[in-house]
Amino acid sequence: MATFLFKRLSMMVLTMVAASFLVFAVSEFTPGSVARKSLGPFATQQQVDILTEKLRANDPLLVRYFRWVGVLLGAIPDPLQDPSTGLNFTDPRGAQYFGNFGYSTLNKLPVNDVIWDRLANTALLAGLAFLLIVPLSIAFGVLSGLKEGGALDRTLSVVCITFTSIPEFASGVFLVTLFVILWPVLPGTSQLDEGSGWPIASQLVLPVAVLVIYDFGYVARMIRVSMIGVMERPFIRTAVLKGMSTRRMVFGHALRNAMIAPFTVLLLQINFLISGVVVTELVFAYPGFGRLLLEASLFGDIATLEAATLITVAIAVTTQFIGDLGYMLLDPRIRVS
Amino acid sequence: MTAAAPLAAFQPTSTPAATSLLEIRGLRVEFRGKAETVVAVPDLSFSVMPGESYGLVGESGCGKSTTAMAIMGYLGETGMIAGGSIRFDGQELVGASARQLRAIRGRRIAMVYQDPMSALNPVKTIGAQLAEVPLLHLGVGREEAMHMAAAMLDDVRLPDARDMLKRYPHQLSGGQQQRVVIAMALLGRPALLLLDEPTTGLDVTVESAVIDLIAELRRRYATSLLFISHNLGLIAESCDRVGIMYSGEIVEEAATAELFRTPRHPYTQGLIDCIPDLASDKRSRVLAAIPGHIPLPQDRPAGCVFGPRCASFLAGACDQPGLPFEPAGEAGHLVRCVRWGEIARAPHAPPPKPAGDRDAPAAIEVSDLTKLYPLGAGRMLKANEAVSFGAAKAEIVALVGESGCGKSTLARIVTGLDRATSGEISMAGVDVAKLQARARPRELLRSVQMIFQNPDSTLNPSHAAAFSIRRSIKKFGIRSGKGAIEGRLRELLDMVRLSPSIAERKPSQLSGGQKQRIAIARAFAADPSLIVADEPVSALDVSVQAAVVTLLLDIQQDKRTTMLFISHDLALVRHVADKVVVMYLGKVMEKGTADEVFGGANHPYTEALMSAIRSPNPDRPARNRIPLTGETPSPVNVPAGCRFSTRCHRKVGAICDTQPPPIRRLSAGHEIACHIEIDGLMARPPVAAPEPG
Amino acid sequence: MAQSEVIQGAIPTARVWGRSPWTLVLRSRTAMIGLALVLFWVVVAVAAPVLPLYSPTAQDVTALADPTPSATHWLGTDILGRDMVARLIFGARTVLVVAPLSVAVAMLVGVTLGMLAGYYGGWVDAVISRFSDVILAFPVLVLYVILIANIGPSVINIVIATTIASAPGIGRITRGLVLGLREQEYVAAAKLRGESTPYIMLVELLPNCRSMLIVDACLRIGYTIITIGILGFLGLGLPPPNPDWGGMVKEGTTVINVWPLMSVAPSIAIVSLVLGFNLLADGLREAWKP
Repeated sequence: MATFLFKRLSMMVLTMVAASFLVFAVSEFTPGSVARKSLGPFATQQQVDILTEKLRANDPLLVRYFRWVGVLLGAIPDPLQDPSTGLNFTDPRGAQYFGNFGYSTLNKLPVNDVIWDRLANTALLAGLAFLLIVPLSIAFGVLSGLKEGGALDRTLSVVCITFTSIPEFASGVFLVTLFVILWPVLPGTSQLDEGSGWPIASQLVLPVAVLVIYDFGYVARMIRVSMIGVMERPFIRTAVLKGMSTRRMVFGHALRNAMIAPFTVLLLQINFLISGVVVTELVFAYPGFGRLLLEASLFGDIATLEAATLITVAIAVTTQFIGDLGYMLLDPRIRVS
Repeated sequence: MTAAAPLAAFQPTSTPAATSLLEIRGLRVEFRGKAETVVAVPDLSFSVMPGESYGLVGESGCGKSTTAMAIMGYLGETGMIAGGSIRFDGQELVGASARQLRAIRGRRIAMVYQDPMSALNPVKTIGAQLAEVPLLHLGVGREEAMHMAAAMLDDVRLPDARDMLKRYPHQLSGGQQQRVVIAMALLGRPALLLLDEPTTGLDVTVESAVIDLIAELRRRYATSLLFISHNLGLIAESCDRVGIMYSGEIVEEAATAELFRTPRHPYTQGLIDCIPDLASDKRSRVLAAIPGHIPLPQDRPAGCVFGPRCASFLAGACDQPGLPFEPAGEAGHLVRCVRWGEIARAPHAPPPKPAGDRDAPAAIEVSDLTKLYPLGAGRMLKANEAVSFGAAKAEIVALVGESGCGKSTLARIVTGLDRATSGEISMAGVDVAKLQARARPRELLRSVQMIFQNPDSTLNPSHAAAFSIRRSIKKFGIRSGKGAIEGRLRELLDMVRLSPSIAERKPSQLSGGQKQRIAIARAFAADPSLIVADEPVSALDVSVQAAVVTLLLDIQQDKRTTMLFISHDLALVRHVADKVVVMYLGKVMEKGTADEVFGGANHPYTEALMSAIRSPNPDRPARNRIPLTGETPSPVNVPAGCRFSTRCHRKVGAICDTQPPPIRRLSAGHEIACHIEIDGLMARPPVAAPEPG
Repeated sequence: MAQSEVIQGAIPTARVWGRSPWTLVLRSRTAMIGLALVLFWVVVAVAAPVLPLYSPTAQDVTALADPTPSATHWLGTDILGRDMVARLIFGARTVLVVAPLSVAVAMLVGVTLGMLAGYYGGWVDAVISRFSDVILAFPVLVLYVILIANIGPSVINIVIATTIASAPGIGRITRGLVLGLREQEYVAAAKLRGESTPYIMLVELLPNCRSMLIVDACLRIGYTIITIGILGFLGLGLPPPNPDWGGMVKEGTTVINVWPLMSVAPSIAIVSLVLGFNLLADGLREAWKP
């Protein structure tokens, strides 16, 4: 167990290092420098050059990457916060501490002041969606997998395939047209703003619906495949020929086996939801993590982008780890060897 | 055994409905697909008396398992009973409600399945799965149910029942799993037990123990049995009455001894004559192969279903629909053959040509071969350890042993699919033990070819059947030019008795026997001097098996090819081999000529293996069965002394557990690795005595 | 051995015999509906230049005041007065070239990597698998956004982004298939013939992965169409004035309160094409199920 945990943790760190470096490298293609972005479009080229010099932004990629790592780990102070830059960037936590994601050139705020609130908003959205996706997809998947090729299976399958074919922006357009314009019962934007005249709960309905529509069909298909596989296994026959009713057989024998493989898929949806909300948040002007990520990458706000990347990868690796643990709990063949 | 049960007490034909426990009349089972309807069982009738053990024998696809599932009312989404009746204990099961069926399943009729591992739910404990039966049917509480489960595990001779209840199926060996399945079936105290190939896939010594257990439990619980199997030997020993099933019909039915002594139907005769037995070898008998193969349900001929494969087929008589199932000979002996009175059973074929020559220089010499697979953490899987044997030109050396004995690993090393850890394999003066296929020169590759076990994986499903044969001819430069290659291909197909039209078919359009013939042709396409045949016929139906083995022997004889024949089937080995090497857990236990091994003193393991073989011949005295205790240990944790010491019935003492046994040399070539002195080994009567006369 | 032993007729054991895999597909209703949807778009896209359409870039000033459907503009016009039908059809031309092209390149890279990892195992597998894990730990969409936002939208860049995002997944599938196939006896037989490793991979293994990979490719084309739509919607689509479905939705949403059709129509176009590929994939999988 300890070695397993250690392996996972080191894997996580390794993935984070690789991912953050990749983002760093890819951002090299972006036109415009950190200095230009920090100073804004109206600064003179001379000001930009001076700041570039101060930040040593012309150092080789690898040097700058390690400097960024140093700032993150609290080994060195963030050069952007140096008062001599004249930028007036100050972090109340100080310029040098562990977990310093640096200064967002887009929001002109420390990344740590921006990102966590946004993440919390997204967690609310994704959490609600996840709570709906799990039971819906299990119900759809199990029901259609029970009798492969039956009328119920075919109906549910068509529903699932159709829903997975509707990307978030399209279902956003459809739902807004229906429930905001033709039959105005819900708000078209969800800025989580009490002053808009719509209760917060009503602001969440459409974004959650959009996420659920696009995602649950896919998970239901996975569960269906697993269920079909289980229903073909001989131990199901053993259970039936013991004299069990279908209901008892499904709950007593089929379900647990059928959930082993999709369990990981279900957890992966957390991963998908946390970052897959980009479009949904954009459609509904939702102040979340996904939109922050989008804005940061469009603006070239490398500090925010790196922070968001690290958080995303951390969530991905953590859900993978939980997935493996759950897999072990569900399947005694792995648990007791 | 119970073969001597009072058969006369049963009068199945007189008033069956009044007395029989299970009565099947005119049963028709269809599977309705989208495009076509397949009639798996067209018209089937038989009955099982209370307390009787009825054997249903047939090859794959004959409809025997479908019959069992029809009795249980479990034919899936597409299957349905389209006619006839199944009466069980006076109650009609055809058209019974789901509720009625539930009350019968597991309680009045229980089932034991092939492949116990997959019949058990992998995520539930043995205890939970067993307890379900009393919980469902006997109205007891959870505690009482667990108690009953533990008691039943004792009854099926599983050690430490309490502990066993908490285990998961994957923690048990195959034999133990099957005992659990049997326990599960018996927990409801059923009146009828359906056994569907209950030992297929188990090692022969484990099979033997399971069969003995079933016989014992049947006596104790007074349960009727419907025993479904393709194995005539098992049926002969376990059943009072036998029905021979072919392509959905019962073609012959009689009391066991009567049926095997005087089989009337040509198919039954063929089936009995095509199985090898310990008492004869290739010099004394040719296996009587039944030509052709079982028709698909949709290609079933009119009249006699066996007609197209029958040597006595008579147009105008045998192809008339509605052949009667008529009495033949003794009471209760029924046969569906219009010519049964006129046809005589074919005599055993005359002995063929002489065997390989022993005095020729060794074609292959394996010495001290060891193969270890490191498993990490310093653990080693010992697949082979210090294995030595040799084969002369044109000789067939058989490697025998149960699963995990290392025989297949050895085959892979000889062919170059794997490499030895140490030791030597000398062929034509070259040591090939550590030469993998890609390192072997073309000439060496050409000279060693292999025939594989699984007909479904031996040919690439994406290519035409002859694809790999052509490729082989071209690669090894046997012929060049398109015309010459095609000519050679036709010769090879003719050699394995396949029509040239088969060459362009996809493997999915061929039967198992045809695929194995293609594989044989492919192996011989390279004109090899050594053929390694790894269980070449074990996946085939018995009637097809005989044809393929005979073919293989013919070609080997003709080409004077040396052959390593790997098999778990001792009777088959007896039939084909010149020399025998018996392996257990990676080590050689015994080796010698076939006559020495099958006719003389034996290693205790060889003895046990031979005693586990059951023959359908009713006139042969029952062998003294040697029940082996325990399970084969894992090749990772091998016993320190003799590998076989943990299961041996002739253990000398502690020395067996601590010291590796010495090699006892009984003759120039007959060696036995055992602590028992030569005199002690010689003192035992041979298990497989040749047939008198 | 009897001379009559020459076997004349083949007795198949499999349920599907004598039919090519494509005939099986013809009998799948799901696949046929999917194919019909896809073919509809392919046909109109190919025929676009000869169809009596408005130019997708020409602005009809008279329609600006009322961009709703009319006899001349069946689905109305967009905010610049350009005919919606023409823009939808010409938009299909772009997506039907870019999506399959991207997936084809991604398949080439992914299948190669997966074959190598699955066949060789050991350190080759370790390196390829770890590298794939890093990319797969990224959420795909974020990967696209970061890549396209930084390297700019163009056909080549979308192909590159799709390859980076999809190749690891394709590789993983291929690797799994190859792991199962490499122990097959026909592969051993090929080794004993002295066949080279590339030959074994291409001739013995690849054809048996074919059906799974075709199904996967269909799904991925559908997904890539969505992704291209999303990129357009985020303003990272192909540069104007090329008609781009995602971009059309984006433009339409600015006036969705007044003229919803302007964003609904391109949305339906995307959904129908994606649905076509998804149904086709599902039908193929069902038809080719072993």
